[in-house]
Amino acid sequence: MEEKTNKSRGRFGVHGGQYIPETLMNAVTELENAYNHYKDDPEFNRELTELLNEYAGRPSLLYFAKKMTEELGGAKIYLKREDLNHTGSHKINNVLGQALLAKKMGKTRLIAETGAGQHGVATATAAALLGMECVVFMGKEDTERQALNVYRMRLLGSQVIPVTTGTATLKDAVSEAMREWTNRIDDTHYCLGSVMGPHPFPTIVRDFQSVISKEIKAQIMEKEGRLPDAVIACVGGGSNAMGAFYHFINDKSVRLIGCEAAGRGIDTFETAATINTGRLGIFHGMKSYFCQDEFGQIAPVYSISAGLDYPGIGPEHAWLHDTGRAQYVAVTDDEAVEAFEYLSKTEGIIPAIESSHAVAYAMKLAADMDKDKIIVINISGRGDKDVAAIARYRGEEIYE
Amino acid sequence: MSNIKNAFKNGKAFVAFITCGDPTLETTEQVVKAAAENGADLIELGIPFSDPTAEGPVIQGANIRALSGGVTTDKIFETVKKIRKSVSVPMVFMTYANVVYSYGTERFCKKAREVGMDGIILPDVPFEEKEEFAPACRKYGLDFISLIAPTSNDRISMIAKEAEGFVYCVSSLGVTGVRSEITTDISAMTKLVRQANPDIPCAIGFGISTPEQAKNMARHADGVIVGSAIVKIVEQYANNAAPFVGEYVKSMKTAIENM
Repeated sequence: MEEKTNKSRGRFGVHGGQYIPETLMNAVTELENAYNHYKDDPEFNRELTELLNEYAGRPSLLYFAKKMTEELGGAKIYLKREDLNHTGSHKINNVLGQALLAKKMGKTRLIAETGAGQHGVATATAAALLGMECVVFMGKEDTERQALNVYRMRLLGSQVIPVTTGTATLKDAVSEAMREWTNRIDDTHYCLGSVMGPHPFPTIVRDFQSVISKEIKAQIMEKEGRLPDAVIACVGGGSNAMGAFYHFINDKSVRLIGCEAAGRGIDTFETAATINTGRLGIFHGMKSYFCQDEFGQIAPVYSISAGLDYPGIGPEHAWLHDTGRAQYVAVTDDEAVEAFEYLSKTEGIIPAIESSHAVAYAMKLAADMDKDKIIVINISGRGDKDVAAIARYRGEEIYE
Repeated sequence: MSNIKNAFKNGKAFVAFITCGDPTLETTEQVVKAAAENGADLIELGIPFSDPTAEGPVIQGANIRALSGGVTTDKIFETVKKIRKSVSVPMVFMTYANVVYSYGTERFCKKAREVGMDGIILPDVPFEEKEEFAPACRKYGLDFISLIAPTSNDRISMIAKEAEGFVYCVSSLGVTGVRSEITTDISAMTKLVRQANPDIPCAIGFGISTPEQAKNMARHADGVIVGSAIVKIVEQYANNAAPFVGEYVKSMKTAIENM
């Protein structure tokens, strides 16, 4: 790992670092020290494993999608069922880890940002379980797109603050959560939901999410006796993809494919495909790729998926892109919606609109691969939350 | 060493923050002149950023107004050039890392110096990351200003030792904006700065709006920084803001100059 300066911490190639206000520096250092202390602590790991297994329902299934495989006529398709986790997505893996860590650090209050609401719901859930106070920041636009999740968070005892600044979406929710953290640090842990932000968050979130690839590896070895040829996941900030990729990074035969949200297309301004349309920048605590204009103003990105509607990408993904280890492709709203409907009808599994981006690309890829090849799609979340939005997309107004 | 030290030669310094292009660059020009003529010893020119994570609602609003008016970094450089024809007090840019990095750090610093700037403040670049920007600043004779916060504690000495220009002492937790009360033990912070670096001036910012607050803060430091209170005046009077800002600056400078 190359480092820009010897003082800067948490680099992935040139990416990463800690570009945050001085007010937060001791807080992230305290977090880093606590994480380094607890990550190998047997008692901490025992507690976390118990929460993951007994509460969140891990390990999640690796399901062979037989009908889909036969219909597409190419590679064997396996679905990693993160949608079956408690709260309906992979977000719970990271949240249980961070909430437990925060509790060990003596924090009594969690704050979080959320886009689709999945991370917010997961954080609200962990807060309820561990008896912590919880405040979730959510772009006002997203509170309207995902009204059900807003009420869910309130049911769980959390306060949801609609963010009206900027584009009123995920990036603004992150900015507002950061502002709140500089305002109240002593008792508060910022439970960041993706592999982004200042060090140590990209590393901590990746480690807590890496349970996904650890399980995939064991499960595929058991079912097929060999590693898959490709692992495919959707990428906004990139936590489910990082979790699904991590234990395969050194297995060079496994293609790692991240699917970005192209929105209405990467040749339009209504896109959120960071690797495909962005350039190097510094924002939200990290150096990475960002959608921005020529003067460095962050672009108002767009995707049908509130969870992928983010102008940046985690620094480790930026590095995997630079080194060519992972490939990042763009998937449009249209393709994602078709995949959403396809998986629902074909396998009886309604995937989150975020995960549908990965399904869409996998459908194209699988058809072109030989029948003896194996691909794994990470179904990062379930699609119940998206049903009303998809109906709207198809011109049908339904009421939740 | 830049011109910034001169700002601290006329008693306690008054530092005025102005968002460039709010609501137009012509107004900015007039407001800066009015501030300088009425006793501002140092002027911070904010280059607006789409997502200013260290700002409260007032300065966020100014950034939005300026950007929707079509302000760009290049247009701001042109305005500074014009301002420099009549304003001689030291001036620093206050903006976010991506504005400088995206422009090309070296290119930005060169241009900034050419048009007559004296330093840069980037609130999202802490001590650990300053080598990303400080070498280019040094090369072109700009001071890279360091900030310390109420949470800095044992970091203050390390930061102060390498500080250039002045130390921006953040008075309170949270973001910029007017506060009715500042509860931080400022004197403890400035004492640690002086122990580590007796030559560096300390200016206190965040939350200061009234002459009384300025007086209280100036007791513990070499100057006070006011942002949101000025931006509010500009918001209220828009293109006619200059005389009102001038009057305000005068009242603030009068409160602290003979301490």
